Amino acid sequence: MALLRESYLLLWKDLLLELRRRESLLTMFFFGTLLLFVFHFSFDLAPERVAEMAPALLWLAFLFTGTLGLAQLFQPERENHCLDALLLSPLDRGALFLAKSCLNLVLMIVVEIVVIPLFWILFNLRSWNLLPQLFLVTLLGTIGFCVLGTITSAITLRARARELLLPLVLFPLMIPVILATIRCMENVLRTGEFGDAIPWLRLLLSFDVIFLTVGVLIFDRVIEN
Amino acid sequence: MAQVAIKKRKGILGALAFVAVAIGLFWSLVIAPPDAYQGDVQRIMYLHLPSILTAYLSYFLVFIGSGMYLWKREKRDDLLAHSAAEIGVLFTALTIIEGSIWGRPTWGVWWTWDARLTLTAILLLIYVGYLMLRSLIEDENRAASAAAVLGIIGFLDIPLIHMSVYWWRTLHQPPSILRPDKAPWENVHPAMLTALAISFVGFLLLYFYLLSMRYRLGEMREEIRARRLDRGA
Repeated sequence: MALLRESYLLLWKDLLLELRRRESLLTMFFFGTLLLFVFHFSFDLAPERVAEMAPALLWLAFLFTGTLGLAQLFQPERENHCLDALLLSPLDRGALFLAKSCLNLVLMIVVEIVVIPLFWILFNLRSWNLLPQLFLVTLLGTIGFCVLGTITSAITLRARARELLLPLVLFPLMIPVILATIRCMENVLRTGEFGDAIPWLRLLLSFDVIFLTVGVLIFDRVIEN
Repeated sequence: MAQVAIKKRKGILGALAFVAVAIGLFWSLVIAPPDAYQGDVQRIMYLHLPSILTAYLSYFLVFIGSGMYLWKREKRDDLLAHSAAEIGVLFTALTIIEGSIWGRPTWGVWWTWDARLTLTAILLLIYVGYLMLRSLIEDENRAASAAAVLGIIGFLDIPLIHMSVYWWRTLHQPPSILRPDKAPWENVHPAMLTALAISFVGFLLLYFYLLSMRYRLGEMREEIRARRLDRGA
């Protein structure tokens, strides 16, 4: 319980900081929208093909905006030796991991809640009734992304060129999530239900659970003074 | 004196590896019959299978070394993980190249997005990332911990990647030796199995020879650094 309480406090601190500065959220949101425009011009899709491409395009947009968020994730701690101070405090490092994962999760979900409907409007899609299912898949995928992203962003924290290194390390590891979310969403858009995509959902769920556990257990070894 | 003994043992290991690989090559190129359907092209399997198996062994050692390092903080475990990762990347790259050479005459293409090919390519990307991560962190202890974490999550990710790319698509040769319906000695010519077994032993010996050399190289680097520090002080 102490773990959850500590994570909650840390998350609250970060959210408050974010609300005051609005750096990450605004840039991520703007970048996500911008990507929709770029995709629209680069593919120039016929209306009937849009639904086929939508999952892949959406997930590319989320991957890129998410990476942008991850690059900023430990930024407040890098300034004024805040990280050292945090590590000196009697906090469970697992709580730091949970808080940072949740922070990125909250930011990405806010962006996704706006970007998905925007995509439907910009690309003239009619299947509004399927959005809840698509959000569920996106949520599961985003959890996986944030969990693994927080671990990789912590291990690249002290590297040279860390913004460039982060996606190089993270993206290959994210392949199960990318495949699972896109296939799931395709199936939902095509048939209107999860049906054949249930195994993919299970895969997503196991990914989330495995790396969430690993993250909590391993994080005190990841971040050191 | 101990150093000389170690050197000697390594020499023996190297010689054994050389002999085993040579016998394996002779067996697979000369003694084993050509494949009934694929002809001589199939002979590349005698290299292909041992390469990928040693690569997997390598990544398993990275995982073990990383776990041990995070637990005990012993320099040698990190050195083991680092050495294994480098050689693993080498063998994975070899596997892909051999597969390409085989794929061109058999499938008609150098590359195809089949499940096992994709998995192998992703493995290569993950462990090249591992090596890059190491090289981009200055502080050695930090680099070691960061790499150890990646060595662990990378290995844990392999089954998930495996499953996902499998469901995504499968076109690869169904396993031709470990088939569910027949024992290996019933459907494969015995000379083929022997060639494969010898090749595999040869690759294992070669692998451990390279690993020990790479490990020693790391130790020597460490010694040089320690001596430089001594002189500086």
